[in-house]
Amino acid sequence: MSGVDNEKRRFLTQAASVVGAVGVSLVAVPFVSSMRPSAKAEALGAPVEVDIEKLEAGQRLVVLWRGKPVWILKRTQDALASLVELDAELLDPRSEQSIQPVNSQNEARSIRPEILVAIGVCTHLGCSPVFRPEVAPADLGADWKGGFFCPCHGSKFDLAGRVYKGVPAPMNLEIPPYYFANDHRIVVGLEGEHAS
Amino acid sequence: MSQRDRGASFLEWLDERLPVAKFLEDQLLKYYAPKNFNFLYFFGSLALLVLVNQIVTGIVLAMHYKPAAELAFDSVEYIMRDVNWGWLLRYLHSTGASLFFVVIYMHMFRAIFYGSFKKPRELLWLFGMVIFVLLMAEAFMGYLLPWGQMSYWGAQVIISLFGAIPVIGEDLATWIRGDFVIADATLNRFFALHVIAVPLAIMGLVVLHLAALRTVGSNNPDGIEIKKNRDLVGIPKDGIPFHPYYTVKDLYVAGLFLTIFAWIVFYSPEMGGLFLEHPNFDPADPMKTPEHIQPVWYFTRFYSILRAIPSKLGGVVGMGTSIVVLFLLPWLDRCPVKSIRYRSPLFKIALTAFIISFLGLGVLGTKPVTETYTLMARGFSVIYFSFFLLLPIFSSVEITKEVPLRLTESILPLAKREGFQWRLIEEGIAALQHSPVFEKIKGLLSKLRGNHQGR
Repeated sequence: MSGVDNEKRRFLTQAASVVGAVGVSLVAVPFVSSMRPSAKAEALGAPVEVDIEKLEAGQRLVVLWRGKPVWILKRTQDALASLVELDAELLDPRSEQSIQPVNSQNEARSIRPEILVAIGVCTHLGCSPVFRPEVAPADLGADWKGGFFCPCHGSKFDLAGRVYKGVPAPMNLEIPPYYFANDHRIVVGLEGEHAS
Repeated sequence: MSQRDRGASFLEWLDERLPVAKFLEDQLLKYYAPKNFNFLYFFGSLALLVLVNQIVTGIVLAMHYKPAAELAFDSVEYIMRDVNWGWLLRYLHSTGASLFFVVIYMHMFRAIFYGSFKKPRELLWLFGMVIFVLLMAEAFMGYLLPWGQMSYWGAQVIISLFGAIPVIGEDLATWIRGDFVIADATLNRFFALHVIAVPLAIMGLVVLHLAALRTVGSNNPDGIEIKKNRDLVGIPKDGIPFHPYYTVKDLYVAGLFLTIFAWIVFYSPEMGGLFLEHPNFDPADPMKTPEHIQPVWYFTRFYSILRAIPSKLGGVVGMGTSIVVLFLLPWLDRCPVKSIRYRSPLFKIALTAFIISFLGLGVLGTKPVTETYTLMARGFSVIYFSFFLLLPIFSSVEITKEVPLRLTESILPLAKREGFQWRLIEEGIAALQHSPVFEKIKGLLSKLRGNHQGR
């Protein structure tokens, strides 16, 4: 066509498209970001203090921390002894691929061997596993030494929250930061420099 | 001016500004649909009917429902007990959700049965598949709103699926939830998406789906293009005008469907825990997962595949793939013959196996996890995926029957069907007709008739 600078027209169209695209993606930021956890949700991480004086061996307490169930389980000596025997059946017996504070990365996954503090949320898809302390129940088989069973997708964990092999959960239950304020008070949610 | 003239002149005025009359004429009177539609062809218009039901009941429910974690469960109970006719509106909405999937699954099955997704209807199929995925999102988000135990834990599991994506997964899941756990923020945004965003998108896609349908025209049980056979004025010889033939037929079926719908709403709105699950009558409790958690029946087949694979990422990928393969169907099935009527026994066997695995996975998804059920779910998953994997191979070498030039029956009569199962059914019917019980009933009936006349 005469008198029309096609090159210039194409350049202007492309430049306008690029500037428009940049503008749209910048405007998208507040929209996308508004859907992230609000400042209020971020702030709701206060630690929880729990009295475990009345907790008997074999019993479990459930408290809510950051909207998630946290289990506090007092294990019997038999249960602690059985943990060692399970190593071969577990995916990560030494908890090398799992999440826990450094002071809980041991066989019993706890600060004090008998007290287990764990986040009761399955590492598969977030259900809360069921506490099954009994040994060798009919539905879980003769080898069951007590532990946690996820009703949603059948993941199994031992009494230290360690995951069994061949189930969908990819790692051990998470251990939250916690410390002992005194002999029978646990603070969940804070790692204790103040700890004994 | 007489009333009639005034009406006509108004229509004329309107038509000059917006050609409504021409549009209706083109879409209803001059749109020629194949003359041999059978009952499988009703589900498209029924889906539209259910969509209208969901929108109308949804608007009224939204006037009474409160999208806040503290208030949601009680507001649903308030709707059930205190709002005038609230129970009816809610049951219409919840029953509609389940029947929507019944209708859509039948609609999709029809497309696979008669090859309606094949050229030139690939885009029509793709629009339909997007509607299906949006519908699943809509149903999933709607299910969180009552804030019961199953709402809460179902959402927990489904949103955690995103967490399995490498690197960005956990952040993505947190972004979707708007919190580190399922919380008020999640409920509030699901409400917004459920009542505005997704329904708008669904309606837009329905328009595209229908526009694409009207462009290429409906397929039919014979899988023949009726446009290839036109009379002198260009009207397909095997076509009949959509109105009045199919409008009336669709209305009749809508009546039947609404009768069933009403029966469920009034007599079995929970459908024994299938439509409304029992744990959902307990308010959400983040401390305790219900013993048997399961999605609503229309998700269970995909959920079964998720559970069958003993790996977090693997399960999520398997479940995603089971839906994605459906999108690819137009390119996986290479057989030029559309309708199952003229395809090889091999395809019929493969499709039967697929349907069995589809139903089997659906049933298993409602069961608790045991070793036997997991093994069965794995078997069915293998069949499900093999169907799609093997389809491109055998469909390209399939020996098909000769396809007729003109449309045949809407439902093939028994005598014309091939295969020993039809012979067995034929013999069965014949045996029944000659059985003493049948004779007795016949005798009784004629006696009754005789008595009646005698009186």
